[in-house]
Amino acid sequence: MLLYTRRAQRIAWAVFGFFFLLLFVLPFGILVLAAFTRQWNGAFPSSYTFSNITAAFHKDPLDGLETSLITAFVSSVIALAVGTWAALALDAMRNRGGKALIQTVFMLPIAVPSVVVGLALLVAFSQGPVLLNGTSTIVVMAHCILVTAYAFQQLSAAITRLDPAYEQAAASLGARPYYSLLRVKLPLLLPALTGSLALCFALSMGELGATAMVYTSHWTTLPLRIYALDDRGHQFVAAAVTAVMMTITLAVLLAISKIRTRANFR
Amino acid sequence: MTEAEAGRTDRRSASPGGGGIRFEDVTVAYNGTVVLDSFSLEVAPGEVVALLGPSGSGKTTALRAVAGFVRPASGRVYAGGRDVTDLPPYKRGLGMVVQQYALFPHMRVEQNVAFGLKAQKVAKAQIPGRVAEALRMTGMSPFAQRYPRELSGGQQQRVAIARALAIQPSVLLLDEPLSALDAQLRSGMLAELARLHRELPDVSILYVTHDQIEALTLADRIAVMNDARLVEVGTARELYKRPGTEFAAGFVGNSNLLPVTVAECAPHADGSFRAAVRIGTQSQPVAATSAEAVAAGEARTLCLRPHLLELAAAEHHDNAFQARVTEVQWRGSSHRVFAEVHGHEVRLDANELRNPPGIGETVWFHFSAQDAVLIPGSGAALAEGGAR
Repeated sequence: MLLYTRRAQRIAWAVFGFFFLLLFVLPFGILVLAAFTRQWNGAFPSSYTFSNITAAFHKDPLDGLETSLITAFVSSVIALAVGTWAALALDAMRNRGGKALIQTVFMLPIAVPSVVVGLALLVAFSQGPVLLNGTSTIVVMAHCILVTAYAFQQLSAAITRLDPAYEQAAASLGARPYYSLLRVKLPLLLPALTGSLALCFALSMGELGATAMVYTSHWTTLPLRIYALDDRGHQFVAAAVTAVMMTITLAVLLAISKIRTRANFR
Repeated sequence: MTEAEAGRTDRRSASPGGGGIRFEDVTVAYNGTVVLDSFSLEVAPGEVVALLGPSGSGKTTALRAVAGFVRPASGRVYAGGRDVTDLPPYKRGLGMVVQQYALFPHMRVEQNVAFGLKAQKVAKAQIPGRVAEALRMTGMSPFAQRYPRELSGGQQQRVAIARALAIQPSVLLLDEPLSALDAQLRSGMLAELARLHRELPDVSILYVTHDQIEALTLADRIAVMNDARLVEVGTARELYKRPGTEFAAGFVGNSNLLPVTVAECAPHADGSFRAAVRIGTQSQPVAATSAEAVAAGEARTLCLRPHLLELAAAEHHDNAFQARVTEVQWRGSSHRVFAEVHGHEVRLDANELRNPPGIGETVWFHFSAQDAVLIPGSGAALAEGGAR
């Protein structure tokens, strides 16, 4: 235990409580409150309604939710595959210069503002030979580029921590590299894999900057629609849509965290 | 060597075409640092050879060269009857057990043991039988359904051995397999390993350890290593009774190493030589055994095992030297006496003494000539001066 005395523990709790209230409970609590508000003049809403929530389940926001879920799902799965592959390759590389280069390239998308990633895609694919401007593909690509960086980072860290003795034991027992990857390495990495899948999914659900540069009218993600609602003065509907999105994202994250098969060995 | 022993060695003699393991002038270097220096050694089929040495002596590197996890810069490695130098580890078909066992934590004991068989695509019908047999040999049958984390260290060790044996290797590589166990378990597992080898007499075992007791107990032959090199190789008995180097004398068993000057040397009936040597400037020479003829006046190192020294009465000092007691330790059933002779420390281990000497007293240390061995080259002994 870090703090032993009762008094120190109480102080720690108080400090934690203050910041938790300020940074989590207050903004999100008010958001949920706003989702049920008709009018808000004083410190608290003056009248309540369910019409915002009903509005959040109309066609337009639901389309946005579907777009966001599909985009997040496809891009986080691709990011996980590419990120894991790259992390495994990096681990196998012996050339230090090459290692540093790959690490930097994968860090780049999160080192620059996400708007820049969107802009780069726009510039690259607005003219031939590959014309992607105005398609859903370019949106998914933008999300992939951004979240792959996180998947790569997480998997790299996990692979570094993996004891090479497991792979060597597998090899000494006659397992070819591919067999030992599927039966030993990936199962041992499963906690990191599900963790980074969840992270990528959450990041993609909330992505705004790059998406704003490349979205089209038939592929508008939910954050963009929330921004538009707020822009047009419908704050309370925006709050309701956000609350619905938060709930669904949390449900998906919870489901991912349940992916624990026999690899749940720790 | 008796005739029976000679026959045995002859029958087992390994060739690159037979089983066993063979290192031919193997050198391994990491980033320019040589960690194994032109290492040559042969392990006959069915033989147990221990690589014994301090950490950093290159013994684990030698084992990993056989397993295929390090690539020799030069030289060839043969295992199981073929040249494996350029084969990837998964094509070598050798059993290996490492210090931390490396059991797959996400598999049950049974699945761990079956892993190698599945990886090598052994017929499905055969797998349960071979897994059961490997578990039976290691006494782990009752634990087949457990996960490694639910087993004690000793049990994990057995599973690791069962997993290596399930693929029926002709060569078993053991890398400090007992060093993660406590002392009591270790001696139990030593007996277990010896029993397993009796059950599988055709399996060659290369056993890496820094523990001389493990090496003496298990190995047919011991290869003593130091500083990336093979120092000396011989049967456990040869190395212990007639060490040829100071390093082997100090590492295999305890020993007192004293610089001496040879006074005279004559052939002995058993084929060795008997020499009279002086410790320091001592007037009365003592008798010792030498493997080779030594000219009078030459410097040698005298190796005396602490438990083969005896305290002698002053009036009876045939083959004895005088020393001044510096420390007496009572260890329950035994006594350990440290004494100084001509600036060198000498240690004596004896059963509990009725009248132990006092510190500062002058005593006589007596020994029999056949238990005292002359070793060439006395440089290190002079510098370090005595007991290890």
